Amino acid sequence: MTATEERLRALFVRALEGDQAAYHAFLKDLSAYLRAFLRRRLAGAPDEVEDLVQETLLAVHNQRHTYLPDEPLTAWLHAIAKYKLIDLLRRRSRRDLLHDTLDDGPELLAAADGEAAEARRDLAKLLESLPERQRMPIVHVKLQGLAVSEAAKILGMSQSAVKVAVHRGLKTLAARIRGDT
Amino acid sequence: MKTEELVAALAAGAGPADARGPVRRFAVALVLGSLLAALAMAVLLGVRPTLGRDSGLAMFWVKLAFVGALAIAGLIAALRLSRPGASLGWPPYAAAVPTVGIWLVALIELARAEPAARLALVLGQTAAVCPFRIAGLALPVFVAALWAMKGLAPTRLRLAGAAAGLLAGGTGAFVYAFHCPELEAAFLGVWYVIGMLIPVALGALVGPRVLRW
Repeated sequence: MTATEERLRALFVRALEGDQAAYHAFLKDLSAYLRAFLRRRLAGAPDEVEDLVQETLLAVHNQRHTYLPDEPLTAWLHAIAKYKLIDLLRRRSRRDLLHDTLDDGPELLAAADGEAAEARRDLAKLLESLPERQRMPIVHVKLQGLAVSEAAKILGMSQSAVKVAVHRGLKTLAARIRGDT
Repeated sequence: MKTEELVAALAAGAGPADARGPVRRFAVALVLGSLLAALAMAVLLGVRPTLGRDSGLAMFWVKLAFVGALAIAGLIAALRLSRPGASLGWPPYAAAVPTVGIWLVALIELARAEPAARLALVLGQTAAVCPFRIAGLALPVFVAALWAMKGLAPTRLRLAGAAAGLLAGGTGAFVYAFHCPELEAAFLGVWYVIGMLIPVALGALVGPRVLRW
């Protein structure tokens, strides 16, 4: 197990227990590794890289409950990144964009790239297309950083309803990115 | 939205992850699906009137153990395939061993029988309807298992669909066993296996489409 795996895993395990600062640090680090990983593989389509970094981060967030803390984190992350990459290529019907092979090597955490390019797809705009009952909780909790209890008071919803709406909204957002709806 | 803004947004108010969510989802799917299948069996086909007598026969329990083992192998496989990067592990063997076991018992059964009686052992009385009834009774769990998986994160969609099909096929066959009069291994090894393979094949077929996330 590499030092990177160990450090990221420690952060992620704390994040899954509800440590927001650890989660922020984890996602920040992860985006750099994802960027390097995807940039290497999408050399034929550099414009797509940042969008796919964002899509994969959203996928990691939405599916984070499927990670078992005793499993290797690299394998879990790699499987998600690879899945999202193949899904993108299938959507574009452009396997020729793929620059490198997609073997199951542990190389996802091998290199980091902190130089974010501009994303072409604006998630903020896509967010506006969500139904109001999902959008408003996301705006309050995720973008304005209000506590769930505060957002619940403003929206006149229960706290659990706010949590469910945020969760569903982010899943809808991921579906919109895929172009399902 | 910049990536660092997205990172901040995702982390904001994230709270603890629902670690038991995946298992709970499958439990809900399995319970609802099998109840519906059992209800359909009882209403449309009827429980065997001789069930009480059958429960004294070893072969009745062998039959339940056989299809039950396949359902459990399907369940474990489906759960594992719902988590990115998890290895499939032993479930394929857990499905293969009882199947080969039934085939071996069937071969012994057939070898001992008079040549003229062998075909009748394989065909039983219900060969023509058995696989379709099993596949039909598998449908509720099939749909429920795909629903459970879709909310998780399968990355090998064809295999994941097949695992959901095995869970459904095994459960459907288990439920059907309470109606079905057949107890010969030669019958089970052919028609039950075909009945359970129908949802497996269907799952492999629709998995890549239905399970995308």
